[in-house]
Amino acid sequence: MGGFLDILYFIVPISIAYAAPLIFTAIGGVFSERSGVINIGLEGLMVMGAFVGIVFNLFFADTFGAWTPWVSILAAMLVSAVFSLMHAVASISFRADQVVSGVAINLLGIAIALFSVKMIYGKGQTDFIQEKIPRFNIPFLQDIPVIGPMFFKSVYGSSILAVAIAILAWFIIFKTPFGLRLRSVGEHPMAADTMGIKVNRIRYIAVIISGGLAGIGGAVYAQTMTNDFGHATINGQGFMALAAMIFGKWHPIGAMGAALFFGFAQALAISSSGIPFMQNVPSVFLYILPYALTIIALAGFIGKANGPKAIGDPYIKGSR
Amino acid sequence: MSNRLINVLVPVISIILGLLVGAVVMLVSGYDPVAGYIALWNGIFGDAYAIGETIRQISPYILAGLAVAFAFRTGLFNIGVEGQLIVGWFAAAYVGMAFELPKIIHLPLALLAAAAAGAIWGLIPGLLKATLKVHEVIVTIMMNYIALYVVNALIKVLANGGFKTEKIHDTASLRSDFLSELTDYSTLHYGIFVALLMVFVMWFILEKMKLGYELKSVGFNENAAQYAGMSVKKNIIMAMLISGAFAGLAGAMEALGTFGNMSTRAGFTGIGFDGIAVALLGANTPLGVVFGASLFGSLKYGANNMPNAANIPIEIVSIVIALIIFFVASGYIIRVGLQRISKKKEAK
Repeated sequence: MGGFLDILYFIVPISIAYAAPLIFTAIGGVFSERSGVINIGLEGLMVMGAFVGIVFNLFFADTFGAWTPWVSILAAMLVSAVFSLMHAVASISFRADQVVSGVAINLLGIAIALFSVKMIYGKGQTDFIQEKIPRFNIPFLQDIPVIGPMFFKSVYGSSILAVAIAILAWFIIFKTPFGLRLRSVGEHPMAADTMGIKVNRIRYIAVIISGGLAGIGGAVYAQTMTNDFGHATINGQGFMALAAMIFGKWHPIGAMGAALFFGFAQALAISSSGIPFMQNVPSVFLYILPYALTIIALAGFIGKANGPKAIGDPYIKGSR
Repeated sequence: MSNRLINVLVPVISIILGLLVGAVVMLVSGYDPVAGYIALWNGIFGDAYAIGETIRQISPYILAGLAVAFAFRTGLFNIGVEGQLIVGWFAAAYVGMAFELPKIIHLPLALLAAAAAGAIWGLIPGLLKATLKVHEVIVTIMMNYIALYVVNALIKVLANGGFKTEKIHDTASLRSDFLSELTDYSTLHYGIFVALLMVFVMWFILEKMKLGYELKSVGFNENAAQYAGMSVKKNIIMAMLISGAFAGLAGAMEALGTFGNMSTRAGFTGIGFDGIAVALLGANTPLGVVFGASLFGSLKYGANNMPNAANIPIEIVSIVIALIIFFVASGYIIRVGLQRISKKKEAK
């Protein structure tokens, strides 16, 4: 039993660290898709966030000192939010196919980031950052037996922020007038329009929020996991966040739960060789788990996962 | 302005806009766009070797583009070309390595294996879409990652913990001494003929067969097709099967022609995603795909010359390609612009 607990003490913190960037990004996805705009571009927005986060951190470490990683996250949020405007303009105003526009965002994100890295550093990846996201021991809670060391000892500040954002997102989407408008625009834009809601404005805001959150997700991932930026820094995390959003049924808290679970699968995959009863499970099964589960969830085997009704359709005033 | 002309102008304008914005990016970043594009041009057409390599690069792009376009015609968005390509690559490499057969059997068998693997990978989202109405976009994205990890694991098993499969036997190879010598010993192989044959196959299925008529009908209007007595389910499954087979063959180009084996991969090849761009640019027609693939294959290969000849990072071409996709996708606004211009002319 003691051995089992030791494994949990080891693996749960890693899971949470892996989950945090997914939580931010998946909730970004929730905002965009709840408003009716598919956002396949989360991966590219995360790449942009990771890139900006790392480069900003490297350039301004002397100026901001210990605050650097947080300011970097803020910078990443802003840049990714602006970058997501491209997706918003294309899919809301220009009536582009939202999936195609998202694919373009993904290709563009990694291309711009690598182009800039080569331009600035003359090589394929950046240097390593010195100012990392700090870890905290949460007072009192860390003293709780069993749970304390698992969840509340040396957690990244960003993980705490992720949970806070998830709760905040739930409040905004389900308890505020803006949230109601957001959801109505995604379900039945014509009805919303008749009630005086500016459909396209809400959608723009939602896509920009998703860009900002994905940017935070990317910056958090880069500043906790890799500490530099290269071509493989963000390698599917955006799509995994998309999966978490669907698995969580387009609900912020659900998305957080799914992200935590996917983080757990990733943590198991990288550390399974060190765990006695996991040694014989090929790690490939753990790697594909999040993706396979998403397909199963979509197929309706774990309760039906239905997206917002008007998703993918540009709103054209006066059309039926 | 006629509709037909606009349909041709939209991709052309998108390409020009993409190249222009690319030039602006180079200018802003302190590079010389003229030198950059000259280096790109020379990288594509500079000598016989470059031309050979460019054509070699175009072959998988044609097949990936066909895969996306074929599914599009039935109203399906196959983002899973990347994964179908990866399993096709592995299947071809495996058959090429594991069996010893005369060439006349071995090479077709390896190609068939790749097509079958891709088709199976496409079948799963097709089945889910047809029977449970699960959106194919998300399923195919997830299938991409599953393909990547499963194939990586299989390669490790085959190579006893190593990172690449053994080379295929010559009897399964698409390599051609003739084509290679013709192009100053480039790696150009017979794959381009396989790709062009498939262009014909797609045209034949869509334009000359009952199956193609039904597939297109479902793409135009599912309900109308249903009321006319066609099975929507069957057609969705068929479309994904055939689309996956094209994608699998794109993988065979890499396995049997360019590389002769398969290594574990840290990420995707990118060919599958570029296939979306190829199909879009080619308006989802077989011939259009050839043009789209020629453009993107050339850009991708020619870009290799840019760091050396003009000191510009190779990624500028990826930026240009992404921008072209973006502009083609936003075709609506280009159409509106064109119609305004033509209306003004008429008024005069």
